[in-house]
Amino acid sequence: MSILIDKDTKVICQGFTGKQGTFHSQQALEYGTQLVGGVTPERGGESHLGLPVFNTVQDAVNTTKATASVIYVPPFYAADAILEALDAGIKLIVCITEGIPILQMLRVKAAMSGTGALLIGPNCPGIITPGECKIGIMPGKIHLPGSIGIVSRSGTLTYESVHQTTQQGLGQSPCVGIGGDPIHGMNFVDVLSRFQADEKTKGIVMVGEIGGSEEEDAAEYISQHVTKPVVAYIAGQTAPAGKRMGHAGAIVTGGKGTAEGKVSALKAAGVAVVNSPTDIGATMKSFF
Amino acid sequence: MNIHEYQAKQLFQQYGIAVPDGKYTTTSEHAGEIAKELGGEGWVVKAQVHAGGRGKVGGVKLAKSIADVVNYSQEMLGKRLVTIQTDSFGLPINSLLIEKIYPIKRELYLSILLDRSSERIIFIASAAGGMDIETVAHETPEQILSVAIHPAAGLQGYQCRKVAYALGLKGPQHKLLQNIMQGLYDLMLAKDASQIEINPLIETQSGELMALDAKINFDDNAVTAHPDILAMKDPSQEDDKENEAQKFGLNYITLEGNIGCMVNGAGLAMATMDLVKLKGGQPANFLDVGGGTNVEKVCEAFKLIISDSNVKAVLVNIFGGIVKCDVIAEGILAAIKQVHVSIPVVVRLEGTNVEQGRALLTNTGLNLYASEDLAHAAEKVVALAEAA
Repeated sequence: MSILIDKDTKVICQGFTGKQGTFHSQQALEYGTQLVGGVTPERGGESHLGLPVFNTVQDAVNTTKATASVIYVPPFYAADAILEALDAGIKLIVCITEGIPILQMLRVKAAMSGTGALLIGPNCPGIITPGECKIGIMPGKIHLPGSIGIVSRSGTLTYESVHQTTQQGLGQSPCVGIGGDPIHGMNFVDVLSRFQADEKTKGIVMVGEIGGSEEEDAAEYISQHVTKPVVAYIAGQTAPAGKRMGHAGAIVTGGKGTAEGKVSALKAAGVAVVNSPTDIGATMKSFF
Repeated sequence: MNIHEYQAKQLFQQYGIAVPDGKYTTTSEHAGEIAKELGGEGWVVKAQVHAGGRGKVGGVKLAKSIADVVNYSQEMLGKRLVTIQTDSFGLPINSLLIEKIYPIKRELYLSILLDRSSERIIFIASAAGGMDIETVAHETPEQILSVAIHPAAGLQGYQCRKVAYALGLKGPQHKLLQNIMQGLYDLMLAKDASQIEINPLIETQSGELMALDAKINFDDNAVTAHPDILAMKDPSQEDDKENEAQKFGLNYITLEGNIGCMVNGAGLAMATMDLVKLKGGQPANFLDVGGGTNVEKVCEAFKLIISDSNVKAVLVNIFGGIVKCDVIAEGILAAIKQVHVSIPVVVRLEGTNVEQGRALLTNTGLNLYASEDLAHAAEKVVALAEAA
């Protein structure tokens, strides 16, 4: 079995009948994801995209035995949706929504602590195990089943990394977009530890950006525990301090969270840090 | 989102945090009247701009007479203030805060913020107030105390006592500090602030605690839920182009170079800027057009980019995933024609239907270059900007 998700993972969608939920559920079904139903309050009992709609996540779980959920509800309702999934016993919650108030995420994280459930995102493209299961908004076609694990704070830079590793013929084991918000679910270390343990994953691409200290934590973890080759790229070397660069979490404050600091920490941990985002694939190829 | 000091102090008063007696004004005549009304023997005239470091560049002045208050106000109003936290153009001084001066015994530091690594709201306190707290943290970390609040438990009495002892407060001052900390915590939660800073928090000669300065940042994701906070927005303190971009759902930040950038996705947009720099150029902006790239958005993005007269060439970098490259190429062509973009535009497309997309962008008769790969596109745009 692949890490986190595989061809047998049963997935439901929260915000199923909305525009985003509908479009990306169609794409997931075309990709072969075991999407087994969705949740939209007051629409329970209806059928959408040939799948059952439920009023609550608990109803959906009871009927479908889903273990994963993907959330496409608007920002001010997303924290509620995550907590509903948690309460219903969902083990992997993937939240795509961008723009959730940070204080709401603070409470969500405190509520999740100790439950064993995993959260990916918010403000992320989701997770895919190529050829098996796609949960999120990433374009399925650019992926190739293979051996590189990709973990990234940025959506389009994940696609760049996927594209380059596909072109190099390496392909991908799971690709995880951990999201661009300051407070979010799984972090680099959570994903790196799973890549290290995963037999299918032979090399790791890590894409970070300015803000916070997760890349520094990852560097520390890599130096102690990761034996597979790691290629990293850090975005935002030219970003001015104090400005939020699109992502809520991408901001340098008080001299902390700079690209420079992250690059040197990763280099010190033996990571192959590339200066140009165009060198990710070729650099990874050089290890094989 | 940021607000002015006088607005932050109004919020402080609503939450029971003592501030100096004072009033805000937009004219020097009124400034004099305010000082008279406040009474006392000394006043401070404070420029209201969205930036710190005002004191060092003449944005905060102590006046010993009403005439001084009027004079200083005249000097400041209508000027632009350049501080270490602004760009070289500075920010316009359109309003002032006139306050009574209090005899200060000690200057302390207190702030509350969201700490992303511990995923907690934390208080930071120091007896070394009135200084740049990052410098204090760097040079004398033992002078900094931080206290983390569990979201379920909320602020506890022992945490306030811990801070009070660290700040060297005594007797009835403990209760005063606890009220301030509770006020800050309640304000933070009620209004979705991401950071509130009091620097300095003063201990007056008579032992009272008072917020001499006030700085509040709000979470941009939450501010639409707070109409009272949104009403405090002052567009004169923000970049025109950044404000304009927001209306169209674009993320735009002005930089000082000459190569305009238009990219989908925040991470890729940062990476594109970095790559321009790596190839010897200087990016003029950060611009994320978002996921669903449509003609209207691309048009608005081009308008924003070319409204900056420094821009000599534009690099468009789009990874077409779900939106196919040929559809994106058509959008770019339509936008260039509609907005009459005459400076050179280099387009790098990648993703689904890339061949069809590139074909559409070749032999267009426009000042347009379709590029095979990103590294090449960055080199090309740097060369074009240099040649212009």
